[in-house]
Amino acid sequence: MRRVYLDYNATTPLDPEVWEAMRPYWMEEFGNASSIHAYGQRAKAALEVAREQVAELLRARPDEIVFTSGGTESDNAAIFGAVEAARPRTPSGAKHVITTAIEHHAVLHAVKALEARGVEVSLVPVGQTGVVDPDDVELAIRPETVLISVMHANNELGTLQPVQEVGRRARARGILFHSDAVQTAGKAPVDVEALGVDLLSLSAHKFYGPKGVGALYIRRGTRLHPLLYGGHHERDRRPGTEPVPGIVGLGKAAEIAARRLQDEAAEVERLRDRLEAGILQRVPGAAVNGDPARRLPSTSNLRFEDVDGEGLVIALDLKGVACSTGAACSSGSLEPSHVLAAIGLKRQEARSSVRFSLGRFTTAEDVDYALEVIPAAVERLRSLSPHSARSATGDRVSPLSSSGQVAASGRPPSGR
Amino acid sequence: MITAVAMSGGVDSSAAAALLAANARPSVVGLTMQLWNQRRLPALQGLEVIGPSGHASGRCCSLDDVYDARRVAHVLGIPYYVVNYESRFEDDVIRPFVSRYLAGETPIPCSLCNTEIKFERLVTTALEIGADRLATGHYARLLCDERTGRYRLFAARDRAKDQSYFLFGLTQQQLARAAFPLGELTKEQVRAIARERRLPVAEKPESQEICFVPAGSYRDFIAAYLAEQGGALPDRRGEIVSRDGRPLGEHTGLHNFTVGQRKGLGLATGSPLYVIELDAERNRVVVGCKDDLYRRVCRVRQVNWIRDVASGEVLEAQVKIRHKHVAAPARIESRANGEAMVAFAEPQRAITPGQAAVFYDGDEVVGGGWIAEAR
Repeated sequence: MRRVYLDYNATTPLDPEVWEAMRPYWMEEFGNASSIHAYGQRAKAALEVAREQVAELLRARPDEIVFTSGGTESDNAAIFGAVEAARPRTPSGAKHVITTAIEHHAVLHAVKALEARGVEVSLVPVGQTGVVDPDDVELAIRPETVLISVMHANNELGTLQPVQEVGRRARARGILFHSDAVQTAGKAPVDVEALGVDLLSLSAHKFYGPKGVGALYIRRGTRLHPLLYGGHHERDRRPGTEPVPGIVGLGKAAEIAARRLQDEAAEVERLRDRLEAGILQRVPGAAVNGDPARRLPSTSNLRFEDVDGEGLVIALDLKGVACSTGAACSSGSLEPSHVLAAIGLKRQEARSSVRFSLGRFTTAEDVDYALEVIPAAVERLRSLSPHSARSATGDRVSPLSSSGQVAASGRPPSGR
Repeated sequence: MITAVAMSGGVDSSAAAALLAANARPSVVGLTMQLWNQRRLPALQGLEVIGPSGHASGRCCSLDDVYDARRVAHVLGIPYYVVNYESRFEDDVIRPFVSRYLAGETPIPCSLCNTEIKFERLVTTALEIGADRLATGHYARLLCDERTGRYRLFAARDRAKDQSYFLFGLTQQQLARAAFPLGELTKEQVRAIARERRLPVAEKPESQEICFVPAGSYRDFIAAYLAEQGGALPDRRGEIVSRDGRPLGEHTGLHNFTVGQRKGLGLATGSPLYVIELDAERNRVVVGCKDDLYRRVCRVRQVNWIRDVASGEVLEAQVKIRHKHVAAPARIESRANGEAMVAFAEPQRAITPGQAAVFYDGDEVVGGGWIAEAR
């Protein structure tokens, strides 16, 4: 069976060049970068090359890059670190954080944890297109606000957020500004100066690097408490023996991205548009979620009327096409997407949405195969869809009435 | 032919998947239903029972069970997915379960889950993803009558494990899409298959009947669920009365009682008293002596006929009024309104509204419905 991978926003395969770059660092160059001897020195040198490569990708300085275990750690380190280190800006001693309703859970659950510790949190809603309005962010600012966090691009919709505009406003008020750029770094231009961010998270495996490695950009002079305590690694900002092969891979991935980003984005966009137009043309009742213009070139989030998205993802997987819907919960089944809810989709619409995301190794043949398989799968699901039948009979009354009386179980008496 | 298997993470459905996967011809897809979020009712946390093998048992959709099912699918080399039906399960199973308890019935959610979720929603998902039928680990047998094209449901070969009682509600369309690979096997044979295939769940203990009720305390579950829904359990105290209406004491709510129950009445009397009726209309628990528990006739509603039975038809059959009841001879009259009247040859103990009455002709399930009242 042909296999087509259309889930690049979830993760990407290593680029062969990255694999080659990492290879010596598992067995020959295995030194601990903190060691004094030659082994350690060579490992340390490799780390510093990687740091320069990542800095270059972001137009940052090497000493502003701290390596982490990935996007989640970077987000947590930025949010907890910044809020904890921040001096209260008002005599009340209160601290306030602003973020958006469509952030990744690595940000949302982190601010929720802060809330439990007494930090006040504002979640800025987004419009139907899945883009936050910088004016809404500004309106949420209070005298106590110590941190604003707005993602660069949303992972589900691909919508690009007005980070630059928010950055300008944050800086004007002297408020620290973090952006989760996990979906953009290495795939779209990210320039920390232009964006006006103080903190920025990225993850290697989203752009053809290895899993388990990421970085946090920390603007010079930004006060940050560490998340972890231990040795003096990463200029005392992140303890733990550096995973040199992974960091070398991250560096190489960044170097390749810096080189190829423009051309690659154009090609990916061409294929994405071909896929999307093909689906919209062949499948009636399909529509784009989010902002069709202002989004990552890789991402197409579509909803299919009267189709169960979970069923469609499984059906397509069994036909060799890998895509996704929402975020997976711990059991591996799907929970309703907070992002789709935030752009105002009804529960049923959110349930009928599927995300396709393309990348470096997607080919025109892949797209054509997907276009062969998707319309038939959608049609099969629709022919079996309980939604239309259900709404037609309309007998699904809630059996738990306030009086506690027995109501119909929802199943009509079967008779014969 | 592609067969989807409903995998709970238990030994039965795992062995069913193994049997299907062993026949190279039909390809097999494993599916686990996520039905209930165990973290949802924090009041019930800590009531989980840890089974002898260290597995937590009696927990529905626990991550451990999903983990087990996934490992089994991996060992068998079949594709595997978890599908989320939490909201449907709540609407179609949990809410009716709670409301019927509050109304003085003793419901069995498993049958409801079978007809509303497993053989309805999960079958639909199976068809949606390209499968032709859904196999489960139920102990029951299914035959297609080639002459009439009708599907016939039979008790399992291993009568001790038979689960046909829980399947009475399946319609012909649902049966046409069902497969029960374990119907001819004993539990020991099933465990042997699991051991032979080196399935990691081969020694896993049996799970209890009601999967979402931790440690079997449905009362705690109902209270916690209602509290979560924003309504504390209303004060449902009422009278305990004798058969002739004499007040004997006070009860704490009908949902705390089951017909046939003897303990926990809080009455001091000479002879042992049993709950013989839960009168929802007057919020009364009616008690009597052991003999009063016996009834000869019951009315059954929402009857599903698996065999072709016309309304008005009268048949002689054996009727089971609880999972562990020995089917007793009875005369059944099919009625036009989807109901049936069952008259037992001998009075039966504790015919309980809310339980299913399932009609058997020897091994064969003729049909069944929900007990509405006993006389």
